[in-house]
Amino acid sequence: MNRASELSGANLISASSVVKDFSGHRALNQVSMEVPEGSVYGLLGPNGAGKTTLLRIINQITAPDQGSIHFKGQPIGPEHRPMIGYLPEERGLYAKMKVGEQAVYLAQLKGLSKQEAIKRLKIWFQKFEIGAWWNKKVEELSKGMAQKVQFITTVLHEPQLLIFDEPFSGFDPINVNLIKQEILRMKEQGATIIFSTHNMASVEELCDHITLINASEVVLQGEISEIRENYHADKYLVSFEGDPDALSRGLDSRFELLNLEKNGMGRQATIRLKEGEGSGPLIKNLVEITEIKSFQEILPSMNDIFIQVVNDAIQKKGS
Amino acid sequence: MSKISLIIQREYLTRIRKKSFIIMSVLGPLIFAAYVLIPMYFATLEDKEEKIMLVIDESKLFTEYRADGPEFVIAGTDYLKFQVVEGVPIETFREGFDESGYYGILFIPANILASESSLIYSTKQTSVEISQYLERSMDSEIEHLKLAQHEIKDLERILAEVETSINVRNIKWTKDGKTQESNTGVVMGLGYLSGMMIFFFIFFFGSQVMRGVIEEKVSRIIEVIVSSVKPFQLMMGKIIGVGLVGLTQFLIWMVLSALLVTGLKAAFFPELNRTPTEQVVASDLFEQGNGDQGAMSPLEEIPEVGDLDMAQEIFTSLKSINAGVMIAAFLFYFIFGYLLYAAMFAVIGSAVDNETDTQQMIFPVILPLILGIYVMISAINNPDNALSFWFSIIPFTSPVVMMVRIPFGVPWWQVALSGSLLVGTFLGMTWIAGKVYRTGILMYGKKASYKEIWKWLRYSS
Repeated sequence: MNRASELSGANLISASSVVKDFSGHRALNQVSMEVPEGSVYGLLGPNGAGKTTLLRIINQITAPDQGSIHFKGQPIGPEHRPMIGYLPEERGLYAKMKVGEQAVYLAQLKGLSKQEAIKRLKIWFQKFEIGAWWNKKVEELSKGMAQKVQFITTVLHEPQLLIFDEPFSGFDPINVNLIKQEILRMKEQGATIIFSTHNMASVEELCDHITLINASEVVLQGEISEIRENYHADKYLVSFEGDPDALSRGLDSRFELLNLEKNGMGRQATIRLKEGEGSGPLIKNLVEITEIKSFQEILPSMNDIFIQVVNDAIQKKGS
Repeated sequence: MSKISLIIQREYLTRIRKKSFIIMSVLGPLIFAAYVLIPMYFATLEDKEEKIMLVIDESKLFTEYRADGPEFVIAGTDYLKFQVVEGVPIETFREGFDESGYYGILFIPANILASESSLIYSTKQTSVEISQYLERSMDSEIEHLKLAQHEIKDLERILAEVETSINVRNIKWTKDGKTQESNTGVVMGLGYLSGMMIFFFIFFFGSQVMRGVIEEKVSRIIEVIVSSVKPFQLMMGKIIGVGLVGLTQFLIWMVLSALLVTGLKAAFFPELNRTPTEQVVASDLFEQGNGDQGAMSPLEEIPEVGDLDMAQEIFTSLKSINAGVMIAAFLFYFIFGYLLYAAMFAVIGSAVDNETDTQQMIFPVILPLILGIYVMISAINNPDNALSFWFSIIPFTSPVVMMVRIPFGVPWWQVALSGSLLVGTFLGMTWIAGKVYRTGILMYGKKASYKEIWKWLRYSS
């Protein structure tokens, strides 16, 4: 149990020991995942790891061979479909259908009345400045335009759970920002968001929890801050004034000097603690030999962690 | 509104609003009418060009001498005139006949009574109607001459008296001993038409279901839709929606065809009746429309001016076929035949990534249907033999074959058996199709094959 779920006391989605096989190939192996209500949850993993299969199972597009999915503690069922909005990685709309009509249809399938759907769509179309497209056929739109329409149809019924598979692919930077803001706004309004992506920068920016799947199995899971803490490499960045030689000579053998440089910020040293050492003795040591201007731990980026974990998993499998 | 009805609504509305639907709805009956009427029209067109045929009558049997010169005894028609030439050897015409403007030269040899043959010299092939008209006219002229040689008194009166036209009428005894009159041709034609219509309906609209599935798969909207509704709901919604489009189109065709045929016949037929080609054209139609002996062309369902007896007979025949049973059976086989095949077409659509891959997969599916058409044609003549019986019971062929048997009267238990087997197979097929479909629609880049489909069928979901 992670902290957020303890605090809120509820998981919106909990997957337990999900197994899914496709003719000789195991797409998901004993995958469990707890998505706390109100969180932005990142589902990460290399291509073909099983992310989309898991998302499809949560969307009830396919059923698991073993294991179960619960929505707010209840076994997930058809009654939960209107409470979920799904934007698949492969976007698509009816090419020959008019934009407005199509958006109303998709909203109706999610349980909105026609009048309500039109009312809400008008607001969204205005916000995204696409009101003029209402009577255009989808095939007349550019790819980016169609993506906007599809994003609106995903969130229009204001579901409790939003699932985005690579939401930013295909958007230009301005629209990426627009979509990001909308996602954060929906989080503020209480929606829970699961999104699957390769874009680690957006994971750090948006997510508070992640699950990393590799080769059909969960290899890393938890709150982002905790994970980064766990993967810290005991590396510290020290800015100092004084003689760099004095620092390298005076450094205790329990610490390893990785890098020494001079840049616009002044002199900086990157120092790693050896096994079992704390940061306290390092500070003590440094105070004696130089004048510290700043001292901070270097936390690995999610990108580093992703690559490290996946490589570790591959090596483990290989051995 | 329930989800399945939303899907039906979308499938229905997007299709009937298409230009192609509107065009087909209007053009369908026009094409049908054109198919029937254009040959007639051409026949009349050709006739309107006046043709002059020279006649060299060496037998002198066909020449009457009048004040204004020799006259051929056979009357010309509106567009075919005869001109007797005497004392000119035929050879004189050979050179440059093409430019002379004459249609041909009818040469009647002196010994026509014995040889029973005459010749037409012409630079072009003589039309069938003209040959037939000449043959018929000369036949009856010579028959009269031969009869006249016997010097029978009151010949004309006797001839009028003996003239006979036998009409074989078919009286059916029903089980409870009532009599019913029916015209076999009408009964056959009605069954044939219904069977054919069901075949085309299944094939045409089944393919539309398949294309609809492919469209959703290729455009990738499928994943969004099946996160809102069950794949089975989507499949059934599509099948029902397209089916309703078919029924609508069928209804429009029926109404328009009825109006069109009635209207055109009123405009064209009285005129056609007066031309000498009428017989020929009518018999042409008879053969063209059916390929098989005896069945009627749809035109003949409508009473013809001046042919009230025939019309009456058709009406009695139509009445003898229990209209209620016929319509009910037609709708039943029409709908359930379509539903059964549409489910299979949906499976094909779900198994492929593009339309070109469907070719080799469609064939095994429609094979039974094509077989059904062959059996149906044979069943028209033998509605009660073993072949017809079994094919009208087997669900994959029964929609087509049973329809030709029903007008002849089929024991109720056979209809019940065939009907319940059809419904049962439809339910089973739809269940299987649903299982394959929900896997297939999410599969991309697989080589579509029945082996793959078999594998999908065994997935848990």
